[in-house]
Amino acid sequence: MKNKAQVVIIGGGVIGCAIAYELARRNVKDIVLLEQNTLCSGATGRCGAGVRQQWGTEMNLKLSIGSVKRFETLQEELGYEHDIEFEQSGYFMPAYTEKQVEQFKKNIELQRKFGLKVEWLSPLESLEIVPILNTEGLRAATFHQKDGHLNPFHVTFAYAQAAKRLGVNMYTHEEVVSIDVFSDQHFAVYTKQNKLDCNIVINAAGGWSQLVGKMAGVEIPTYSERHQILITEPYEPLFKPMVMSFYHNFYTQQEPNGAVIMGIGDPNEPKGQNMGHSLSFAAKCSRLVCQVLPPLKNTRMIRQWSGLYNMSPDKTPIIGEAPNIKGFYMACGFSGHGFMIAPMTSVLIAQMICNEELAIPEVLTKLDLGRFERGELFMEPSVV
Amino acid sequence: MSDKLEEIIVCRCADVSLKEIRDLLDQGITDLDDIKRLTRAGMGQCQGKTCRNLILAEISKKKGIPIQNIQDSRYRPPAIALPLGLLSEEEADEE
Repeated sequence: MKNKAQVVIIGGGVIGCAIAYELARRNVKDIVLLEQNTLCSGATGRCGAGVRQQWGTEMNLKLSIGSVKRFETLQEELGYEHDIEFEQSGYFMPAYTEKQVEQFKKNIELQRKFGLKVEWLSPLESLEIVPILNTEGLRAATFHQKDGHLNPFHVTFAYAQAAKRLGVNMYTHEEVVSIDVFSDQHFAVYTKQNKLDCNIVINAAGGWSQLVGKMAGVEIPTYSERHQILITEPYEPLFKPMVMSFYHNFYTQQEPNGAVIMGIGDPNEPKGQNMGHSLSFAAKCSRLVCQVLPPLKNTRMIRQWSGLYNMSPDKTPIIGEAPNIKGFYMACGFSGHGFMIAPMTSVLIAQMICNEELAIPEVLTKLDLGRFERGELFMEPSVV
Repeated sequence: MSDKLEEIIVCRCADVSLKEIRDLLDQGITDLDDIKRLTRAGMGQCQGKTCRNLILAEISKKKGIPIQNIQDSRYRPPAIALPLGLLSEEEADEE
């Protein structure tokens, strides 16, 4: 392994690999990416794979709309040999309380202002979109056809391979254990086996971002939380869109190969890096999902696993440079929706480093680390 | 011979041939987890009961190291497929 680099990216998930590519295509030389395990072995490779644009704030709308636009042509742009399996089969979001109805109405107004063709559905109309839906208790729903899902493994490998072709060096099984900060834009990054001198460090370590921050003396208020997920055998088509219920706190989708994937959030999940699995999750998740989509009772689970949400205090990512150390950048705290906004996130980080005009300038003052100290939390109403 | 490799199925759940596995190994992709994610071998109904050892043997041959020195991927429940309706009735609270 080399011992010097211009840029060191810590983390080989979709965020790290996409940043590597975006920097390399801007002609930044001497980029090294370090991954403690294998590419997309963390949250990226364990995620639900959904991509939605139905958000409740301008910031998240811009991040997600820009990212979907990019996903549409990404495979071609990156010259990737496999299909990244982007399917815009929609997100269906049911509302069960008056409060949710009010919130969704506000959201849809904003979403339409951004040009999204989000539909407002009555319970009866909902059945046209999700025929196996149990409409009991349902007040209304929103549906957006251009939301969808894609294969997180292939997206990450596509970015990684394109970055490698542009000269990026990627090392897997290289766990970063400490960082020396000598001065602004002068660091040494140590792995268990090697040492790298560099000018820029990018913390894209997902569930380990707070630990990487600490190594450089940057207190990042993120924490990690296990989210479990399960998948069934493949079946004939049962329903098309992602069904995401904030009320029940679950999401589920039938994948292109016919398998149904589903997950729930657990408010009692302790903080930490546990990536185990539990029977109680499988039971609770099945119960909730089958209540809303009863025919799924007859489908059979073949596999369950979990991954880490890297949570920030306002459930919104931290994208930007550390206020106290020039050259230390963060793209972390995605709180469960990093994959879907990876294209825009990586562009923004690359633009910051290359001193370009930012695609979303307000990121500098709204998604920076300093917002927590200033007490300016970012309020997104539409998160699980 | 190469035609034959295409006909030898290593993973029956995801329909992955020996040729696909060897092509990846030739590209330098020798982590079982990477092969799993690229091909879905090991993620199907049988949970890798068929393909896991076959692929490990291929990696072992390619790298010239014994199978026990190769990083295995994680075993996940359940051992056999379980209907969600049955799981729904489970009152498990413990991890």
